[in-house]
Amino acid sequence: MALGKYSFIQNAVMAGMLSSLACGITGTYVVVRRITFISGGIAHAVLGGMGIAYYLGVDPLVGAVVTALLSAILLGLVNLKAKQHEDTVIGALWAVGMAVGIIFMSMTPGYNVDLMSFLFGNILMVTGPALRILLLLDLIILLIVAVFYRQFLLVCFDEEYARLRGLPVDFLYILLLCLIALTVVILIKVVGLILVIALLTLPAAVAGLFTRNLRKMMGWAIVLGLLFTIVGLVISYNLNLPSGAMIIIIAGSSYLCALGIHKLYIFIECHKETGVRP
Amino acid sequence: MGKVLELRGVNFAYDSRLILKDINLEVDEGEFLAVIGPNGGGKTTLLRLILGFLEPVGGSIKVFDQAPSKARHLIGYVPQHGEFNKDFPVSALEVVLMGRLSTGSLFPRYLAEDYTAAYEAMNAVGVKKLADYRFGELSGGQKQRVLIARALAAKPQLLILDEPTSSVDNRVEQDIYELLSQLNKKVTIIMVSHDLGFVSSYVTKVACLNRNLLVHNTKEISQEVIADLYQSSVEMIKHQCLL
Repeated sequence: MALGKYSFIQNAVMAGMLSSLACGITGTYVVVRRITFISGGIAHAVLGGMGIAYYLGVDPLVGAVVTALLSAILLGLVNLKAKQHEDTVIGALWAVGMAVGIIFMSMTPGYNVDLMSFLFGNILMVTGPALRILLLLDLIILLIVAVFYRQFLLVCFDEEYARLRGLPVDFLYILLLCLIALTVVILIKVVGLILVIALLTLPAAVAGLFTRNLRKMMGWAIVLGLLFTIVGLVISYNLNLPSGAMIIIIAGSSYLCALGIHKLYIFIECHKETGVRP
Repeated sequence: MGKVLELRGVNFAYDSRLILKDINLEVDEGEFLAVIGPNGGGKTTLLRLILGFLEPVGGSIKVFDQAPSKARHLIGYVPQHGEFNKDFPVSALEVVLMGRLSTGSLFPRYLAEDYTAAYEAMNAVGVKKLADYRFGELSGGQKQRVLIARALAAKPQLLILDEPTSSVDNRVEQDIYELLSQLNKKVTIIMVSHDLGFVSSYVTKVACLNRNLLVHNTKEISQEVIADLYQSSVEMIKHQCLL
């Protein structure tokens, strides 16, 4: 295939690798801690920041990082201090963020070609400078998880016990949400903010079906994320369809297949043990 | 012998509903206290007060002569095993190692001494063979033992257990009480339990909690007194239902 000779394809593959790394690691926490809705809230709120940055003539990526982190801190505090309002606040942030983004974009003079790529991403338009930012964000995520791996594990598994052991649970939880926020920003480049949630959770969910340890789950989630991205990219290129959407279709159908295989496996194991023929 | 726990005239209320009324309780080093009582009688609230997650409305609580939240590092807490996410990818050993984490754990790996303490604790409760199993795959009794090992790995001076025998069968229940009474040779134990069935032969003190607290030393009381205690707790439930 002659795909590899174009630099935009090379950039796309690089972006796929960098985003798979981030979503494999933090997606694993999203899945085991069951905070998909929070992550979705952060992802959609980000449009507000991108719109404001666009209006001010700043790189939208900067706006995205700032809003993502602010949303993460806000939702973290709500979860810790006012749990009873959490659902409402996430929903509000989700929609208000998008509304702010759309208003600022419509106030920006000129024709808004970028809105669709914010919403649905375009991995084929990732540039060299953007790749460097993605790499930097990846390194930050890797470093923090390497240092706090044990603490994050305990906070996700048993928050109350973490408090008893004197761990700074509030700080750790908000830090974890900030990592998810950074991942969301990385993924926006690839699949856009509407589809972020699928790429964040599906590779990790598939990996979780077949692993017994958080580290292995992360490793497999990274590999699967990369696989989904590359396969989706190739198919979308050949059929001339949107890449972000195709990546998500691949991820979603793989998850369904994995669930089926997992159920079948359990079924066979059970019958092996009881000696009953299936 | 030092005082492990001292409650003086403790009251606690959620909004205007009084949950605990004038609770007085002392636990000395080496004791094994069982707190029994009906559901909704305030057992969990009492534990949360002792752990410093709640503040009493009135009265004072001292754990090792300190405020409860300051004494947490001396307490090994064993929560109910039924509340964990079954699918969480974590091994039994990793769960026990969590007991080795503390405020000062800045170096990002467990040390050899952490593994030693974890294996020792697992050995002491008889789950060393299960180290590599996924926590969610274990049976109720095994999970309970792993959680006890996690608490022991922190080398606590006081072990607090919340309903350690809930949702396990009678045989496992007796095994766990047997284990606790072994552990009691080295560590003070406070346990919350829903029934008095097997408890009485293992513990040194029974406290019956239903808003008020009545303390009995098991050495001083005969079978009839225990029967009475049962009776009174049953009567209290009836009384509540009438209200």
